[in-house]
Amino acid sequence: MREKIEEKLRAAFGESVISVSEFKGEVTAEVKRESIVEVCRFVKEDPELWFDFLSDVCGADMLDFEDASARKAYLAIEHDFRPAQVPIEERFRVIYNMISLKNKTRLRIKVKVDGENPVCPSVTSVYPAANWYERETFDMFGITFEGHPDLRRMYMPEEYEYYPLRKDFPLMGIPGSIPLPRK
Amino acid sequence: MANSSHDKDNVAGIVRALEDRDTSITLEDPLENYMVLNMGPQHPATHGVLRLLVKLDGETVVDCVPELGYLHRGYEKIAEASTYMEFIPHTDRLDYISPVANNVAYALAVEKVAGVEAPPRAQYIRVIGAELARISSHLMAIGAMAMDVGAMTVFLWAFREREKLYDVFDLLTGVRFTTSYTRIGGVAQDMTDETKQAITKFIDEFPKHHSDIMKMLNKNRIFLDRVVGVGAIDAETAVSLSFSGANLRASGVEHDIRTFAPYLVYDRLSFDVITEKGGDCFARYMVRMREMLESVKIIRQALEKMPQGPTKADMPKKVLPKKERVYGKMEELIHDFVIVNDGVHPDVGESYVATEGSKGELGFYIISDGSGHPWRLKIRSPSFSNLQALPTLLKGQMISDVVAIIGSIDPIMGEADK
Repeated sequence: MREKIEEKLRAAFGESVISVSEFKGEVTAEVKRESIVEVCRFVKEDPELWFDFLSDVCGADMLDFEDASARKAYLAIEHDFRPAQVPIEERFRVIYNMISLKNKTRLRIKVKVDGENPVCPSVTSVYPAANWYERETFDMFGITFEGHPDLRRMYMPEEYEYYPLRKDFPLMGIPGSIPLPRK
Repeated sequence: MANSSHDKDNVAGIVRALEDRDTSITLEDPLENYMVLNMGPQHPATHGVLRLLVKLDGETVVDCVPELGYLHRGYEKIAEASTYMEFIPHTDRLDYISPVANNVAYALAVEKVAGVEAPPRAQYIRVIGAELARISSHLMAIGAMAMDVGAMTVFLWAFREREKLYDVFDLLTGVRFTTSYTRIGGVAQDMTDETKQAITKFIDEFPKHHSDIMKMLNKNRIFLDRVVGVGAIDAETAVSLSFSGANLRASGVEHDIRTFAPYLVYDRLSFDVITEKGGDCFARYMVRMREMLESVKIIRQALEKMPQGPTKADMPKKVLPKKERVYGKMEELIHDFVIVNDGVHPDVGESYVATEGSKGELGFYIISDGSGHPWRLKIRSPSFSNLQALPTLLKGQMISDVVAIIGSIDPIMGEADK
């Protein structure tokens, strides 16, 4: 399975495919951000791959993923909100999980997104279901999806200024960030 | 003087608050008379706290914008700060109509990334629990949908059956509602013979009550007029909008994760994947009705085939020891302490495990950094994706059909809002 996907993707996209790996039987392809829309269109429309069902899109914040001591600090319930000062290159990941209903297989595609200017092309033109998934990712991580028809917050209030699932956001929230209604 | 200016400020504030920008419209063309109706979040037919902004042309729905987030509790953030074990009770509160199914899905996801496998008896118990949860969930869906279109009796009948199911869950898990039944590597407690008899009694009696509901609704002219041909969606659109579960199967797509990628012991049990052609509210109702009988079939087989044996895997570093041994043995006490405080340490990597939950594809995507806490835990909740298709389903329907359509796709907001 992995070999076939790797071969197909490399033939079609060459340098844009960074790696295709397998962990516990699940295939993950990492591609360059710029080509994600084309890659999605390819895996959806290729008659052999046919990944027609987008089951999920989600983000992940990899800030200090390698640094065990810094990781511990994020577990504290209450820590000061200090936005990550240094713009970390390739801080975020956007992960696409898709299914082929015909072949009964799964595929995961990953892209890296910069910390300073988190922008990623939207795949709504290929998978209409990505609409709400991308909105949720934008809401939680502040990743802007270019070309999204309706990029509003999914869960948090419209005027909220933070992105809760970022690692530098404290677990207990930021006091006063959500104004209470006047009595 | 000071007092009256204060009053003026107050009045201006109230007026501002009343001018909700989502509901105010400008009538530029006098012939284009659209009305925007704000439905929810307290509306009884929205099954929780779903808010819909419905744009109406007379009685026809022109457009609809669902607003979510009224029940957002930030479970994905909480998961990052709790150990894998600690998060199990939170999974009860996702789809609170079928908590056991969520417990099973979460346990499977952690077990995959941690490399643990539950013993056969635990796997059969999990299948039984998940299928009982499915019956409970489908009963709720059908009862609530029937009530929304006016059939109060069915709602009461469905709740009578669910009450019996809660008694079964009480015996099986020790609690009625928020079960927290699974553990990493097994289940919390073994199924006793008394539980087994209670389940057998339930599944023996259930088909009769099931056929009562079928008789009540399937030839009922009022019910049929409200659901047949209402809110139809074709297979292609349903797939493109990531519809899943019973809703997708009602559009004729034979996709069920129990057969698509069999987990637990589903490959050893025989059952049919129910599909219907129509894709309308009636088809979704029929799929749920027929699936309940399939679940009964699965439970019966699982009860017969269930072997004797342990209900927790024998992996002291990753699976909690038995409570009575913790109190008496030093080594078990140490393991218990380490697992509870520091957590299970899975391999570094990522894994996405999906199960066929009661509402559709319920998946947990875990990125593990090798510590006792998940680095990232994404909940792929079926209700969230199913709700995404709501505007497509509602367009062109009548305002009175809105409640029937919401009922037929069976959203649970605890799950959709996380």
